[in-house]
Amino acid sequence: MSPAAAPPRPRLRTFVATVEDVPGVLNRVASLFRRRGYNIASLTVGQSELPGLSRLTIVVACDDATALRLEANLWKLVDLVEVHELDAHQAIERDLALIKVRAGMTTRAQVVQVAELFHARVIDVAPDELVVEITATRERVDDLRRVLEPFGVISMVRTGAIAMPRAGVVDPTLSVKPAAS
Amino acid sequence: MSANVSATAAADAAVERLPGKRTGAEIIWEVLEQEGVEVVFGYPGGAIMPAYDALPKYRVRHVLVRHEQGAAHMADGYARASGRVGVAVATSGPGATNLVTGIATAMLDSVPCVFITGQVSSHLIGTDAFQETDVTGVTLPITKHNWLVTTAADVGPVLREAFHVARSGRPGPVLVDITKDAQQGSCDFDPADRTLARPPRRRARAAATEVDDREDALARAIQLIDHAERPLILAGHGIVQAGAGAELLAFVERTGTPVASTLLGLGGFPATHPRALGMMGMHGEAWVNRAVQDADLLIALGMRFDDRVTGNLKTYAPRARKIHVDLDPSEIGKNVPVDVAIVDDVKRVLAELTPRCKPSARAPWMARIDGEKGESAVRDIQALPDTGKLHAAHVIHDLWRLTEGKAIVVTDVGQHQMWEAQYYKHDHARGLVTSGGLGTMGFALPAAIGARFARPGDEVWVVAGDGGFQMTAAELSTAAQEGIKVNVAIINNGYLGMVRQWQEMFYGGRYVATPMRSPDFVKLAEAHGLTGIRVIKRAEVAAAVAAARRDPGTVVIDFRVEQEDSVYPMVPSGADLGDMIRRPHAPPSPIVETAADSEEDEVPR
Repeated sequence: MSPAAAPPRPRLRTFVATVEDVPGVLNRVASLFRRRGYNIASLTVGQSELPGLSRLTIVVACDDATALRLEANLWKLVDLVEVHELDAHQAIERDLALIKVRAGMTTRAQVVQVAELFHARVIDVAPDELVVEITATRERVDDLRRVLEPFGVISMVRTGAIAMPRAGVVDPTLSVKPAAS
Repeated sequence: MSANVSATAAADAAVERLPGKRTGAEIIWEVLEQEGVEVVFGYPGGAIMPAYDALPKYRVRHVLVRHEQGAAHMADGYARASGRVGVAVATSGPGATNLVTGIATAMLDSVPCVFITGQVSSHLIGTDAFQETDVTGVTLPITKHNWLVTTAADVGPVLREAFHVARSGRPGPVLVDITKDAQQGSCDFDPADRTLARPPRRRARAAATEVDDREDALARAIQLIDHAERPLILAGHGIVQAGAGAELLAFVERTGTPVASTLLGLGGFPATHPRALGMMGMHGEAWVNRAVQDADLLIALGMRFDDRVTGNLKTYAPRARKIHVDLDPSEIGKNVPVDVAIVDDVKRVLAELTPRCKPSARAPWMARIDGEKGESAVRDIQALPDTGKLHAAHVIHDLWRLTEGKAIVVTDVGQHQMWEAQYYKHDHARGLVTSGGLGTMGFALPAAIGARFARPGDEVWVVAGDGGFQMTAAELSTAAQEGIKVNVAIINNGYLGMVRQWQEMFYGGRYVATPMRSPDFVKLAEAHGLTGIRVIKRAEVAAAVAAARRDPGTVVIDFRVEQEDSVYPMVPSGADLGDMIRRPHAPPSPIVETAADSEEDEVPR
């Protein structure tokens, strides 16, 4: 916060937000990012362990100062219960991808071998193509895709990252319980 | 007429509200009563008819506007003048979308308002039904929050939450969209039950935004203040909204720090106080902007370093350390990096800071600023030889003198707004009501009507241009119907003056689409059954103002002022704050013959 701060370096950051499970909440979060010009790398939403509350994982490329303001802006959403940036070293993160690859008679064995190297699974097979499922970190999924590229990637779908603090680490995302209870 | 409705409602003011069955429509008004709402501004229509049908049973006065934008600005003006929550009501579809400009105006200036809209019945939502608009979608980015209510049982808790959100923290507008079937349906209602739809959660906001530990921040702020030789306070709207005027005065008198104000901060500190410098920024006085650039410490209180205040950020206040006190953590570091940030209510922070700061007179610093001030004053239009011609500055200066600075002045947007800020010395908070952030033309007349409802005992003056006045002039009819008195000063120069000024300075003098022909404003007033007065010479100003003040009804004064006058000083958009275009030493030439001087009584184009 000093005027002589180092030049801003954008990097990917992961925020975990707990929000009320009400209609339009995803729209409000997405609208905030659009309006303030934040660039979302991925945004996922799903149930949390608390009834009536959902948990979002948001991955954004931004510098330190922007991250602070982003968090402050998220706090202003009425439907938001809390938001925290995760410390990359203290968090686990998973991304799930389905990758459809060309794999005919001559290349099928090689593709399967690559999948095994990545601890990915082949979940569907046709004579000329197959589908690989991988659950791993964002970077690991990127790596698999790169290695499969020469065989011919036909299509890919990804969930985007979901994340939580590591086991045994104080979890800041658990500070607020549902108000109703 | 709503006046009659209000009279009957007042008669059974002591009516006791017992637990029992209510329709959603009844619950709307009952909750409004509980929230202390005396008046709402609105316009009926299909999807809000059940609510209107229930209105006569309740002690809420309804003001029928001529356009929903007017309702929104009236609610806004009511809120700004009083500090209470303003309420506007509209139907679905076009009624709701007509509110949008007014909602955005309130959002940009953090004004607490509750907007209630009717919506098509819940089974029709999403079918593109007649007068269906997704108004919660439309207003999502221009409200603090909004709600769609589809059952009667939700009306009460959601409306209560809406009032809570509007007035808590950094205030702002909210919208509650209520389907027709939710208004028609009924449910059990207990007036003693004041629960919100969702209880406010305790939020660890400060921790979340990594704002410095509070005591540490206070200590560092005090150290900076005590060691500063040239400190300057930048007082914003937050001072007014927090009601921190007394705390600011105490801080200034102890630390000797001069005060520059944002447009919306005017009145938060008395303008006639020796430490009050006036408005800063694009049309701030030269000595104020020089003080910002020369200061070694800026103490920003409840303001957000808007681009109209800072000019070029790269060269802004280069010698100054900065302390920023604001309620909203997302404002910290948004435009200007700061050395100390305190995220809290500015009233509380000032109360803590003052006794801990060293007393000081800052005499050399004040002498330096006063030197600048003297140099600027000779260029002041007030000091120019009186040629008998009417300048807007004359009108506003005279208005200030004649009303002893005590009126609530509601301005529109443009040159007259800046002249008002320069020449009407506001000593009292909530004495100036103006659209700062959004810069909404057409704001003044409806906002003034709202302000008058909020403070019926206070004198209210509209200062508007000929352009902006015409955007919402239909609300004269509302004033006439409601028997509401406001005085309207139209600063009529026959141009969209601020755009014309930019065309003159930055677009080679090509006056594209800025010359404007207006109706005869005197006759327009008379057509509404109101008084109209025309003023063409400075000598006539005082008599016209006096006549307007005597008149029991709304009065419109058409001040025919110099046509091509410009607002000085001016920092061009994005330029360095120190790079001001100054008023020329000689009167601006050539002096154009104006309507005021010509034989014909027509606005030249």
